[in-house]
Amino acid sequence: MTTAETPGEAPRGTSRPTISVAEGSRFSRILSVGSYRPERVVTNEEICQFIDSSDEWIRSRSGISTRRFAAADESIADMAEIAGRVAIERAGLLGADIDAVILASITYPFQTPSAAAVVADRLGTTPAAAFDVSAACAGFCYGVSLASDMIRGGSARNVLVIGVEKNSDFINPADRSAAFLFADGAGAVVVGPSDRPSIAPTVWGSDGSAWELIRSQNSWIEYRDDPEAGWPYMIMEGQSVFRWAVWQMSPVAAKAIDAAGISPADLTAFIPHQANGRIIDAMAKQLKLPGTVTIARDITDSGNTSAASVPLAMDRLLTDHPEASGGLALLIGFGAGLAYAAQVVELP
Amino acid sequence: MALSEQEILSGLAEIVNTVTEVPVESVEPGKTFTDDLEIDSLDMMQIVVDAEERFGVRIPDDEVKNLKTVGDAISYIQTAATAA
Repeated sequence: MTTAETPGEAPRGTSRPTISVAEGSRFSRILSVGSYRPERVVTNEEICQFIDSSDEWIRSRSGISTRRFAAADESIADMAEIAGRVAIERAGLLGADIDAVILASITYPFQTPSAAAVVADRLGTTPAAAFDVSAACAGFCYGVSLASDMIRGGSARNVLVIGVEKNSDFINPADRSAAFLFADGAGAVVVGPSDRPSIAPTVWGSDGSAWELIRSQNSWIEYRDDPEAGWPYMIMEGQSVFRWAVWQMSPVAAKAIDAAGISPADLTAFIPHQANGRIIDAMAKQLKLPGTVTIARDITDSGNTSAASVPLAMDRLLTDHPEASGGLALLIGFGAGLAYAAQVVELP
Repeated sequence: MALSEQEILSGLAEIVNTVTEVPVESVEPGKTFTDDLEIDSLDMMQIVVDAEERFGVRIPDDEVKNLKTVGDAISYIQTAATAA
């Protein structure tokens, strides 16, 4: 071609030179997964020191037996670094091979710079592009979508996607609707080029009209001006969120299966955001998943770790079921902002 | 097809029993979910989702607050199912 697409020459109808554009890999794939679970196990009995509840009540309503809380001096960056390092090693890569780091979190306590930049440097990926994603419990699946498109678009070759939360800093231990649900941890994947289709189209979106359903109870400015207003704890209208998840997210998951061009029976695993055991059960039922599909239930001893829950559950599932490697998994994340994202991926 | 009050009551009683282990025979139209049957908000939410699926109706969040008694739920489901 010597006309419109040749760099240096004038595109048709203009006098400026044609610019070069990037070309990426045709396909992308999750190369590896890694995770980090904080050491401290928190029982339901411990949670019940601050709320009027019981171990039996929490287990039956949420499916949670125990969860992990990070130590006081253990930061978002610390947890993300460990999970990221494991993922890079398992991909058979070095830090220098990573050219973008995407970190999804809603509990990083610095307005700037991003946690991604700090973690990228600690992992030896500098000068990798690095940025945080704020999409709450959908953040990891947003990150996978971005990474896949960056690789296919030629903006990056290997992308580290991390989901990490220290919810224990932002949940009021006396909040009966949230205290028993949320927990801490980190999970990460390396997304890289592939010789076969391994990440199907993402079905995603948001509904900011319902922003009040899950949110910080006040802003940092309100807290500064009136400390009596209290710490910006995360609060949630549990009933509305539960019903939204059950009724609105199952169709999104079904669309992701359609977008991949497969049927539920082709799935090896279903790895939904670990929000609540009852939501996981209701979604599996509505999707009519056959018994051959392994359903991730990391929530039992990990609780709801927001952006970290999908990669944590993925790592757990592959540890418990190594034969699932190479199979297809349906991922779906959903949460505050009423942001959601679902995609079918080949398991690393 | 219109559902009779009795059909809805027995369906609802089964759902309540599955979610909360409250005996089927205790679920009567005059009883309140909260005080008489001692059903908490999380269980109520599960009951509503299960009832929506079983009876093919949608019960908006604002309406759930008005369903104080088993009879309230029966009337709502009957009207909604007929409208559908």
